[in-house]
Parts: sequence; C-alpha cells; structure tokens
Amino acid sequence: MKSLRFLIPIALFGVLVWFLFRGLSLNPREVPSPLIGKPAPAFTLPRLDDPQKTMQREDFAGKPWVMNVWASWCAPCREEHPLVIDLARRVKVPVVGLNYKDRPGDARNWLERLGNPYAATLIDFDGKVGIDFGVYGVPETFVIDAQGIVRYKHVGPLTPQVLREKIEPLLKQLGALG
Amino acid sequence: MLLRATLTALILLWAGAVLAQGAVAPAAPAVAAAAVDPELEARVLKISAGLRCLVCQNQTIADSNADLAVDLRNQVREMLVRGQSPQQINDYMTARYGDFVLYKPPVRSSTALLWYGPAVLLVLAVLILVWIIRRRTKLPADRFEPDPDGN
Repeated sequence: MKSLRFLIPIALFGVLVWFLFRGLSLNPREVPSPLIGKPAPAFTLPRLDDPQKTMQREDFAGKPWVMNVWASWCAPCREEHPLVIDLARRVKVPVVGLNYKDRPGDARNWLERLGNPYAATLIDFDGKVGIDFGVYGVPETFVIDAQGIVRYKHVGPLTPQVLREKIEPLLKQLGALG
Repeated sequence: MLLRATLTALILLWAGAVLAQGAVAPAAPAVAAAAVDPELEARVLKISAGLRCLVCQNQTIADSNADLAVDLRNQVREMLVRGQSPQQINDYMTARYGDFVLYKPPVRSSTALLWYGPAVLLVLAVLILVWIIRRRTKLPADRFEPDPDGN
C-alpha cells in the first residue's frame, strides 16, 4: 500500500491535465443564449427596401422563420453570405435579415452587389432590437419556430458544418426543409 | 554654480511637463462625462462595472469602448433615468445575455461548486493537516532526524 502512494500526485496531475485539455477545446465565445426555448422578443422595425413600411414579430407568426443578423461593415457577414443565399434557396420558410447598426444606403449597395437572399430585411439602426435578441457578435443566426419560440442561435459566420449538423436537421424537424 | 542652477531648472521643467501630461490626458473624458450629471454617471459606472462585455470578454462594459459596451452603458443610463433599480437592470441583461454577463454569478445548484468549492477545499486541507500533525506527535522521537543545533 505504502509503495503505491507515489501514484497519488501523478493521478492528481492527470486530473489537472484532463481539465486543462478540455479547456483548450471549449470556445468561450459561445455563450449559451438564455433566449433558447423562449418567445422571440417583440419588435417593430422599418423595412430596408421601403423604410416607410414597418414589420413586427407578429408578421412572421404561424410558420418557422430564420433570422440572420448582418451589417455591411461586418467582414465575416460577407464570408457567410453565399451560404445564406444557398440556405434561402432551399428552405420553404422566410429568411429574414436584421440589418444591425448599419447605414441603410450601404446595406442596400451591399445586397445589390452580393445578392439578396432575404424575404425581408429590417433596419435595426440603433441596435436596440439586437440587444433584445442578445446579439453581441455579428453575424448571428436565429431559428424561430411557428409558435414564435427561439429554437436555435448561432454566433459568428455560418459554416457548411453548422448548417449540416445543426440548422438543417432543426429546419427539417420543423417541416421547413423540402 | 550656474551649471547646477541650470540643471535644477531643467529637471523641474521636465518634471512639470511629465506631470502636466499625466494629469491632463486621462482627465479629459471624465470631465466630459461629469458635465452631464456626475451622480448619475457614478451609478451608471457602478452597475456597468459588474457587467461583462461580451465582445471583449475579460472586460466589464464600464472598461470597454467596444460598440456594444457603449450601447449597453447607454441602456443602463436610460433605465436608471426611468427610475429602474440595479436589480431590474441586472435582470434585463441576464434575460438577454445569460448569467455570463454578471461578474458576480448567482448562487444556484449549477454554480454551487464555484461558490463553495474553495471553502470545501480549505476545510479539507485543514483536516488533512491536523491529521498529519496528530499522527506525527504520536511517533517516537527516534523516527525524526535530530535537530542540527543538538536540542
């Protein structure tokens, strides 16, 4: 028994290494959203294509929808844009753009140049609705179900992997993918 | 004599310049903010100092000048002006960004280890220490190395 005591510090060291190693693979930027499973926050925002008209949360009720938060000043948004275009083409539900703290003129140019996949783009000029949605890193993507409940949130640019493993299975489950 | 006087004057000048620079530069923004309402700003800062900036995660929104931090400080200020309590403001922030925004996390079952872990470790360490000391007091003297000074 006594001869095996030297194993105790080695075992403790092993536990420590395991924790540190786990820590390396965790992403502190992925903050779990408290919004998941809760109703999407209410909003009334002007449309980018016609700022005289506003849209609100209730306009999207009744079927699932995807909300993509973007801005023309955001480089990763440009990076993910082809994926958003591709997603919008394949899903049967609206992909809505939330144009976050942007100049509407810049935003319109951006969409003209890179393509406009959005059923509607809403202007969140002062970022207040962004705060309500807990946005902290553009781009962000939300999936909201027919009951208006936020089901999924992705922070950062979409990747083929996230679409394949998270968003598409969820949309399929919600009956939003053909 | 003249050399010494010149040197002293130079040093004084230099020290004066350094002091002036140090005093003026950081004071400027504080003056601008204080011009609004120093008491309100102090409360905004106090609450902001307990909230994490999610863009630059190891800073509070009081320390950070990230866009979102500025927006959230303005939000805190607005809510204070509307007469809402610090608790209401913290609830507002956690409803949107989760417990992660609080630098002082709430006590609940998932954070129990965080709150009580160190105390448990301390008690455990003291118990082990007491156990070792008691065991050693019972050992005969010849089990120890003799003291070098011969006592």
